[in-house]
Amino acid sequence: MGNLLANYEEAAAIILFGIGFTTLLLHRNLIKKVIGFSMMDSAIYLFLAAKGYIAGRRAPIAAAGALSAADYINPIPAGLVLTGIVVSVSVTALMLALTVRLYRRYHTLDIDEITRQARREED
Amino acid sequence: MQLWQNIPFLLILLPLYSASLFMVLRGRSARAAAVCVLGASCALSAVFLGCMTAFSGSFTYMMGHFPSPWGNEIRAGGLEAALAFVFSAVMLCAVGGGWRAFRRDIRQDLQNLYLVMCLLAQSALMAEIFTNDVFTGYVFLEILTVSACALISAKNNGRALTAATRYMVLNLIGSGLFLLSLSLLYGLTGHLLMPPIREAVEALDRSGAYHQPLTVVIALVTISLGIKSAMFPFHTWVPDAYSFSTPASGAILSSLISKGYILLLLKFYFRVFSLDVLLKTGIADVLFVFGAAGAVIGSAVAIRQLEISRMIAWSSVAQIGYIYMAMGLGTREGMLAAVFQMIAHTVAKALLFVSSGALCDASEGHHSFPGLRGAFYRCPAGGIGFTVGALSLLGVPLTGGMIVKIAYAGAAVNRGGMRMLILLAVLVISTAFSSVYLGRTLITLYRRSEEASPAAAAPGACRPGAALTAACLALSVLTLALGMASRPVLELLREGLSAFG
Repeated sequence: MGNLLANYEEAAAIILFGIGFTTLLLHRNLIKKVIGFSMMDSAIYLFLAAKGYIAGRRAPIAAAGALSAADYINPIPAGLVLTGIVVSVSVTALMLALTVRLYRRYHTLDIDEITRQARREED
Repeated sequence: MQLWQNIPFLLILLPLYSASLFMVLRGRSARAAAVCVLGASCALSAVFLGCMTAFSGSFTYMMGHFPSPWGNEIRAGGLEAALAFVFSAVMLCAVGGGWRAFRRDIRQDLQNLYLVMCLLAQSALMAEIFTNDVFTGYVFLEILTVSACALISAKNNGRALTAATRYMVLNLIGSGLFLLSLSLLYGLTGHLLMPPIREAVEALDRSGAYHQPLTVVIALVTISLGIKSAMFPFHTWVPDAYSFSTPASGAILSSLISKGYILLLLKFYFRVFSLDVLLKTGIADVLFVFGAAGAVIGSAVAIRQLEISRMIAWSSVAQIGYIYMAMGLGTREGMLAAVFQMIAHTVAKALLFVSSGALCDASEGHHSFPGLRGAFYRCPAGGIGFTVGALSLLGVPLTGGMIVKIAYAGAAVNRGGMRMLILLAVLVISTAFSSVYLGRTLITLYRRSEEASPAAAAPGACRPGAALTAACLALSVLTLALGMASRPVLELLREGLSAFG
């Protein structure tokens, strides 16, 4: 329990990851699936940001009075988060584009219903 | 550093940059340009393979001259060179051979965008082969996923779109788990380049600290890449994604993109975690069980399929099960057998997809077995290609599949114990099942149809085209070459694996 409280950012990140994961996997509504995916990825960014933070230090921007590496937090996780955000934005756009095309064709967002209609269409 | 050592870098960047050109190219010129770019990649990788065998060793290439542990690195050895050559050649054949089918399946004004996706997939595959940095691996893994989704949905009918959505959902879960495992790994070791991570992992293993988090990381990497490469219990997206897309997409997805993920997993096992640590966690046993189950069940379900493309899709599940089963042995010999199976399956499965697409075209677009009766006589190039591919999957002598079976049996016997018995039994059962479904298909293809259907009455009504014939021929030659010149290939792969880590 003590560990959980000490690392509360990481614990929160993993709980959020679980919520996003189950939403993405189990929800039938396509938009909610996309929301689940965004939560899942954001949870990992929170996790990474928490890993890179060092208490009492400042953002890694060269400013007067703080020029040694010991003054800054670890900038690498922040770089990873930035790259990850770029990736997840493009993947979200792709998922939403697919959703739009399916909605125009079948007028529903329910993936099971869409599959059923697509199967009927083929027969 | 010699000039040829720049080739891996060029192999990644050439398709990536030229992909943007295809926004303005149209129709035939787009296809000619794509064949030029892929042909150039193929030629470059052949030159690289030649230089690498002469050089015999491995080297790392610093990007932007930032030394380890800060910079980004490319690493190349014999194994990477061989895989780069096979992947480029198969990509060229898949795009060339599938052209006629996708000209029909895809809207005229979108065909150049399809080629963009093929080139992005090619670039991402090359990056997965050569990268020495785990986060670069993640970024290109996402590019691979996005291009795969576009390749599936290109056919723009309801079934292809739903297949692409299901593919995306499972693959996004895989990506999420992979990113989580990388974050945990970075937290444990503080590095992103593979060699320093490995040193840190070995230090952790010696001291016994963080044993559980390390096991979780290895399990997450295995499961996430397993989902993406259609490992057995996570294979549910496979049949729809492979069979409702155009044949070129099926070939690229099943023979190239899934192999890209497996290769990344292999890299993690060898270069990041090391085999000893992997064996201590017991995850190799899980791989073995999943692989064995996939090999049997995939083949059994393939028998029940009524359409040729779905049958090939299920046989992919079985063949990927083989790869994981050999990796699950946990020995170097098992890994070598897995790599050889990876190469043999890449070539044979692309051949099956391309040639079956041609056979269906020649049979008025029928995918079901009754419609395909006598298709061999309507499209001999496709028929010969399908025959060679099927014989290779069965492991008939002179094909690559034969060497796979020998390598598997050898690895199993040297491993001994219960695993040997299970592996040999699975090999026998799965081969028996494959001979049922492939034999039935071959008999259908060779049997002349009794009632003269219009297509059968006019043989050559649907000419296969020079590109398709060339693609089938090239892939058949590659399959036979793997079987007949297996010794130097195996030697190269063994050296490459031992330089791997």
